[in-house]
Formats: sequence, C-alpha cells, structure tokens
Amino acid sequence: MLSPVHDLELDLDAFAGPFDLLLTLLLKEELDPAEIDMAGIVVAFVERLAERNELDLDACGEFLVLFAGLLELKARGLFPDEALELDELEPEEAAEELARRLAEYRRMKEAATWLAERLASGRDRFFRLGPAPLAPRVERQLAAQDPAALATALRALAVEPPSVSVAHMALRFPPVSQFVDRFRSLLRTRRRFDFDTEVAGLSRIEQAVAFLALLELRKAGEIALSQAAPFAPIRVGRGTDRMTTETTDEEGIQQWRTVRSA
Amino acid sequence: MENRALRLIATNPVDALARTVEALLVVASAPLSVDELAEAAADDVERIETALGLVGDRYREGRSGIVLEQVAGGYAFRAAREAAEACARLFERPVERGLSQAALETVAIVAYLGPVSRPEIARIRGVAADSAVASLVERGLIAEAGRESGPGGAVRYRVTALFERVFGLESLGALPRLDDLGDDTEAIRERLHAIAEARAS
Repeated sequence: MLSPVHDLELDLDAFAGPFDLLLTLLLKEELDPAEIDMAGIVVAFVERLAERNELDLDACGEFLVLFAGLLELKARGLFPDEALELDELEPEEAAEELARRLAEYRRMKEAATWLAERLASGRDRFFRLGPAPLAPRVERQLAAQDPAALATALRALAVEPPSVSVAHMALRFPPVSQFVDRFRSLLRTRRRFDFDTEVAGLSRIEQAVAFLALLELRKAGEIALSQAAPFAPIRVGRGTDRMTTETTDEEGIQQWRTVRSA
Repeated sequence: MENRALRLIATNPVDALARTVEALLVVASAPLSVDELAEAAADDVERIETALGLVGDRYREGRSGIVLEQVAGGYAFRAAREAAEACARLFERPVERGLSQAALETVAIVAYLGPVSRPEIARIRGVAADSAVASLVERGLIAEAGRESGPGGAVRYRVTALFERVFGLESLGALPRLDDLGDDTEAIRERLHAIAEARAS
C-alpha cells in the first residue's frame, strides 16, 4: 500500500516528484529550502487525504513532524544570521524587532499596491519601446593612484625568478649488468670479496645499482652472501663454495646468534 | 516693410530649435533629459526648456495623437489616451504583462531601498526573491548596480529608467513617502500584544 506521506506526488515550481525524494534532496543540500513552496506541499497532502476519503492519523502525525522540520530548514535558510541575533534579544526587544520588520514589510506591500494601481490607471499610456535600455553603468570607485607607487609594485613583480635546479634530471643509472660482470670476474680470481670495500668510492647511486647486481647474482645461485651482524660488511663468495653457502641465510643467522650469545 | 513686420510676429525665435527637439524625441527610444537634448542640439539649456514648452503645447491631449510627457527624468513622446484602444489592439505591453504580486513587492523594495541585494529583499519579504528578481531583470525593470562590500558580496539591484517610464514616474522622488504607507510600528506592536494576550487567556 502506498504511504500517503512518502509517496506524496508534488508538482511545485522548484520541484516535481515524490515527497521523500524532496526530503532527500533537501537533506543532501542539493535543493535550496528557500525555493520550496511550503503551502504547495500542504495543499498536495490535504488533496491526497481527501482522495483517500479517510482520516489517517498516523500519516497526519508523520507529515506534521516532517513538515515542521522542513519549515525550520526553510526559516534557517532565509534568516541564517538573524536567528542568532534574535536569540540574543530579550523577549520585549524581540517583539519590538518583529513589529519593526512587520511594519517594514507592510509598507513595502502598500508600496506594491500603489504601484499596481499606478499600472492599472496607466493602461491607456502607450509609448514606443526601443531596444532594451542600457544597463546603468556600475561606478567603479578607485582611490587616487600614484604612478610612482605603481612602478615600484611592478618592479617588485618584474624580478627574475630564482633558477630551478634540474640537477636531478641529469642522474644516470649505470646498468646492473656492468656490476654483474664485474663481480663475476672478481670471483673468478678470488674466492670471496668484501662488498663494501669493492664499492667504496662509488657514488650512492652506483652503490645501490651494485647492490642490485649482488641480489641478482644471489638469486641465480652464482654467489653466496654472509654478514656477521646488521650493518657489518657484506662478504661475497662463490655459489659453489660449499662452506660459504652453508653459512648463509638461516644457518648464518644461527651462527651469528651463537657468536653473540657467546 | 509690412511683410517683414508680420513675419517677425509669426516666427518664434526658438521655433527651429523646437523642431530639432521634436526630431530628437522621435528618434529616441528612451526619455531624453534637458541636458541630453541641449548637447545633441548644441544649444543652451534655457533655450531647450523654452523649446520643450513649445513642443509640449503642440503635442498635448486633445490636440494631437502624440503627447509629450515628462517621465523617468526626461521627456518622451507617447500615444494620446484617446488612441489607447486602437493601440491596445495593435500592441502588447510585455514589460508589465503578468507582473505577479511577488514581483511588484520586490520592485517596490528595490525602488525604495535600492541598491539592494537579494538576501535583503528575502529578509523583508520572508521568502526567497530569486525568481522575482530574475523576472524583473528580464523585463528590464531592475538592473545590477554593483555588489555589497566585502569578498563574495551579493549583487545589488536598482530600478531602471524603464521602471519609471512604465509606472509613469517623473523620477523616484514621485513615489509616495514610505512613512505615509502601511501601519506604523506602534500599531503593529499593539496588535501583536493583543494577539499574545488573547492566546494566554
């Protein structure tokens, strides 16, 4: 069964669709509550009730609660800052302020009536309307300007900007294969070597690439690595070197632990 | 000799200027001020005013189908009232057609308080003024007139010369004084108190 509140179909100037969609859009702030014709919602609800030909008190109660919330949203939207101002007023001052505003609105309403009467009495006034009148020119008020001050400001802006360092763009990475070949030839002449000693004197980038070459060789099983302690020199030996290979990885760690505990 | 004397009596010294003024008013699509007429005719203001007197006497209700009127801070021609019905059969009045109560209240606020922003109009009327303002701008009755001070200040509006012309006002000074309109604050306050007391009892 359709809910008389949520499925209430609305056809307002600013919105057409079900009531619960309107609520969702308002809560998501995708629709300005100030744009919504509240009276139109009430009329639609009353018409829906009349169509059903029965007084659904639950629906009326639900509608009242939702509608009160909507009204509050709209009121807050229309008077965002003034609500705070009015909160700070004493009741008598608030009444005074309300009376002042009502009087202001009443005067404007009367002025509108006067204008409407003026229009009605001038129905027999016909005149030629050319192209739309030019919009009034907006006056731009600028303080008196000193040309010298303007020149100073421009000079400050015209300073050559600091040059940007592009040194990082010149970085060149030596190929990993270069170090792979180098370490292979080293191990052909020596059984083992000290990695840190071999790369000493190279740049940071070259050292990093050399380390990658080391890892490549280890992955291929061509070399065995050992390190007595974290940050201790890395010893590199031939992969076929049984003793060195066995002292790597887990066993090496075990050995190191034993050395430390001793 | 006699002929010469007669011609002097029949010819007004500003007749030629009056014809020029008449021509300027015919080609203008909006009311022209005395200063604008003086500049266009390359003549002085006093002589223009005299010429306008002549033109006004020539083009007035009952004497001509065209009437000179003083409106919107200047002078303009309009149709004589006796021709209004014929004019109405031929022309529409798009500017004032279908002006809603909301639009009338909004234009009244702009006329009295302008330059005024939409939030100010909404504060006085108690409802959003966006559509009424847009409609009035489209009709050319109000136009933008700068922004409120401060960053992101709202656009402010004021009435145009067309507003004065449509409502037949010589200037905004011809609007009735606000103090003469509506109830005063005292009367409304008393009414509020009476309502509050009635509810309390």
